[in-house]
Amino acid sequence: MRLLSIDTSNLVLSVAVVEEERVLAEMTTNQQKNHSIRLMDCVSELLDTTGTLPEQLSGLGVANGPGSYTGVRIGVASAKSMAWSLNIPVIGISSLQVVAMNALGFPGMIVPLFDARRGQVYTGCYRTDGMESVRACENEKIILLEEWLPHLRDQAQGEAILFLGEDVRIHKEAIVQALGEQAKFASPAANHPRAAHIGYLAMKKLQDGTNAHELVPEYLQLAEAEAKWLAQKQEGLVKE
Amino acid sequence: MGDIVMNRTNSSRYEMRVQEAYQAHKESGAPTYILGIETSCDETSASVVRDGREVLSNVIASQADIHKRFGGVVPEVASRRHVENITLTIEEALAEAGKTLSDIQAIAVTYGPGLVGALLVGVAAAKAVSLARGIPLIGVHHIAGHIYANRLVEEMDFPLIALVVSGGHTELVWMKGHGQFEILGETRDDAAGEAYDKVARALNLPYPGGPHIDRLAHEGEPNVPLPRSWLEPGSYDFSFSGLKSAVLNTLHNAAQRGESIEPANLAASFQDSVTEVLVEKTLRAVREYGAKQVLLAGGVAANRGLRDRLQERCKAEGVPLVIPPFSLCTDNAAMIAAAGYIKYEKGQFAKLDLNGVPGLSLTEQ
Ligand SMILES: [Zn+2]
Repeated sequence: MRLLSIDTSNLVLSVAVVEEERVLAEMTTNQQKNHSIRLMDCVSELLDTTGTLPEQLSGLGVANGPGSYTGVRIGVASAKSMAWSLNIPVIGISSLQVVAMNALGFPGMIVPLFDARRGQVYTGCYRTDGMESVRACENEKIILLEEWLPHLRDQAQGEAILFLGEDVRIHKEAIVQALGEQAKFASPAANHPRAAHIGYLAMKKLQDGTNAHELVPEYLQLAEAEAKWLAQKQEGLVKE
Repeated sequence: MGDIVMNRTNSSRYEMRVQEAYQAHKESGAPTYILGIETSCDETSASVVRDGREVLSNVIASQADIHKRFGGVVPEVASRRHVENITLTIEEALAEAGKTLSDIQAIAVTYGPGLVGALLVGVAAAKAVSLARGIPLIGVHHIAGHIYANRLVEEMDFPLIALVVSGGHTELVWMKGHGQFEILGETRDDAAGEAYDKVARALNLPYPGGPHIDRLAHEGEPNVPLPRSWLEPGSYDFSFSGLKSAVLNTLHNAAQRGESIEPANLAASFQDSVTEVLVEKTLRAVREYGAKQVLLAGGVAANRGLRDRLQERCKAEGVPLVIPPFSLCTDNAAMIAAAGYIKYEKGQFAKLDLNGVPGLSLTEQ
């Protein structure tokens, strides 16, 4: 079985073709170029490189957020449309979990994060499950970093906490200030999402057979206009 | 000869499959079925059109009810709905047409102008289907689509003048042949549809305001003096912001004096000013350029005041006028497939790096 996997949810673009036990090819760039322009050319190139015809694919995996709204949508719209065209299942994998996979085997808490502006981060907390996968210790969320860090300190009970993601460098100072030596940071390569991880995780979930129509992004927050409208509705200021 | 060999070895498998599929279909002489996709604003639409003329299906998942609560289209909300609806809409369009993807020769998609986030969803979907199935991808300009909606009703007779009026556009387009667009004039500020929405808001009419003004105008008399914006002599450009301000001032001044203006009369006067300028400039272009046909296109083509006046004047001038039915005037994918067919015939295909271009120009596409 061959799977194509895609991540365009943040600045990094990553595409891979995997089989059950092997990664056949992977392309990861951090050029911050337009994913809309580059994604399908990369997919086409990777299929050619691995000698794969689209109809030979058994499934697709895609990072479905959180992340940049537009980036997430490009990945999800492309993956679900391709899966629908080929009549194969598509699996959405958390963009945070993909990054957490880079820390397989880390003996402590793994905390991937993406900047979400105004002091907030999209984040979650993972622990390694042997050397194969990571499991979430709590729900992914958007939260103020200044609230998240003390919460992590309470949860970790002295264990090391590894922060992962391209945006960690933006918040490194605040993290060190709050957690001191308990906070750990990784080599640059571990901060990038790798589509090969998505392919591997999606392969394991393939039997779940997600229908292409049902795949939607996980933004972790409402569009601003919707949030405002709901708040007004709760106050009885507007009617349906 | 050497060039051909070079190209072959440098082409991707995808490009070779597209060319093979195209050549085989051209040689077969079989009808061409194009799948159109349109997501430039708040309608997710997909359609199957045969030979650029016959609509087999035209599915539109409208978000109008959602955006109504915000008083206008919210780009982020629109983009989110497009992702949720896109494959369902395409599937429905094929089912309604009684076709499967194997019957489709090409995917035509709107790549501009429009809301960039919204455009990107349709473009991503179209590219994915094109790559997955190895069939040609065609990028279509949204206004070219509106113009080609007319060809779903009646064959084009060149040279022709197209008046495109919608929420975002007011353009007078000159066409010498298929796929050849020359802009004679366009709005310098607000689009006609925008002016309608703003005046509707001032009159406390619900969003979207165009149809409400049109209805109200028919109940009133155009007896409120409002300006006509002809701009400099000879210009085919439009400007509606001055008219919009005049309407707002009229309302404001009346309120200050404690008088009330009959909204129906104000709506009629506003509509009169807009349609007079649109229609007279169109007819002037018909005479100057010697057009054989006039096409009305875009969402505002549904406006009864504009249709009636244009009909009357074209009749007097002896030039045939084509106006598509309402369902083909507002944003829809059938018009995109119809415009895409012209590019299909010419073999003008997009590459996989096709991007959404919010400010795409009609003449440079
Ligand atoms: Zn339009």
